[in-house]
Amino acid sequence: MSDKAEIVFFWIFAVPLMVSALGVVFARNPVYAALSLVTAFFFLAGIYILLTAHLIAFLQIMVYAGAIMVLFLFVVMLLSLSDAELGFDKITAVKWAGIAGAVGVFALVIRAIAEVPVQAMRPVASDFGTVKAIGRLLFTQYLLPFEATSVLLLVAIVGAVVVAKQKI
Amino acid sequence: MVPVNSYLALAAVLFAIGFAGVLVKRNAIIVFMCIELMLNAANLTFLAFARQSGNMSGHAIAFFVIAVAAAEAAVGLAIIIAVFRSRGTVAMEELDVLRDP
Repeated sequence: MSDKAEIVFFWIFAVPLMVSALGVVFARNPVYAALSLVTAFFFLAGIYILLTAHLIAFLQIMVYAGAIMVLFLFVVMLLSLSDAELGFDKITAVKWAGIAGAVGVFALVIRAIAEVPVQAMRPVASDFGTVKAIGRLLFTQYLLPFEATSVLLLVAIVGAVVVAKQKI
Repeated sequence: MVPVNSYLALAAVLFAIGFAGVLVKRNAIIVFMCIELMLNAANLTFLAFARQSGNMSGHAIAFFVIAVAAAEAAVGLAIIIAVFRSRGTVAMEELDVLRDP
């Protein structure tokens, strides 16, 4: 891809990503927040493809935008919150402190990033980010974490059922 | 070519938005969504550095982050359901039993 096209695509994905991320915070209704989050995940998958991370982009859409967000929407609709719960967030002094803290963290991180010298991305191998290459990595160097993940998911399933069930 | 700094700055923006949401929102479900946003910002950083260094370990770690986020979402939402069942609300400021009286 030419340099100019990459920059154009970066902004095409980055601007709606930031807008929909803000939508999550500013939405009154949790359903709108969830839909904004799905949109953000899709644009983020586009950014991942620009970073030659095809497998992760695909997983992002499958796992995040698919599985996790369905779970969120299920819970939002299950709880059927009252209008009082959906009301405008009161901006108290503590929340102003929270916003100030977020801005402070942002300023700190941006300051740190500004210190990094601007370098062009190096060209990568042709199999960078493919299922085959990452699969080989997962089953050799990262075999133990990979197996631990399966145990973690099993524990999460059992834990979710135990916590959410009224009577066992 | 988009430099790695642009991706890192984008990740910083996402992280800050998620962080602000966690601190400000009163609905526990939206707070949870903002945590997912922060996890995604971390993933973006991993992938940007993986692309920069040509090392795919960042992809493997992003894979694990996605798996952990799925587990965390399942357990967290179960906790939210349990809290709603016992207290009838998911507003953050009303869940203060553990705070000193």
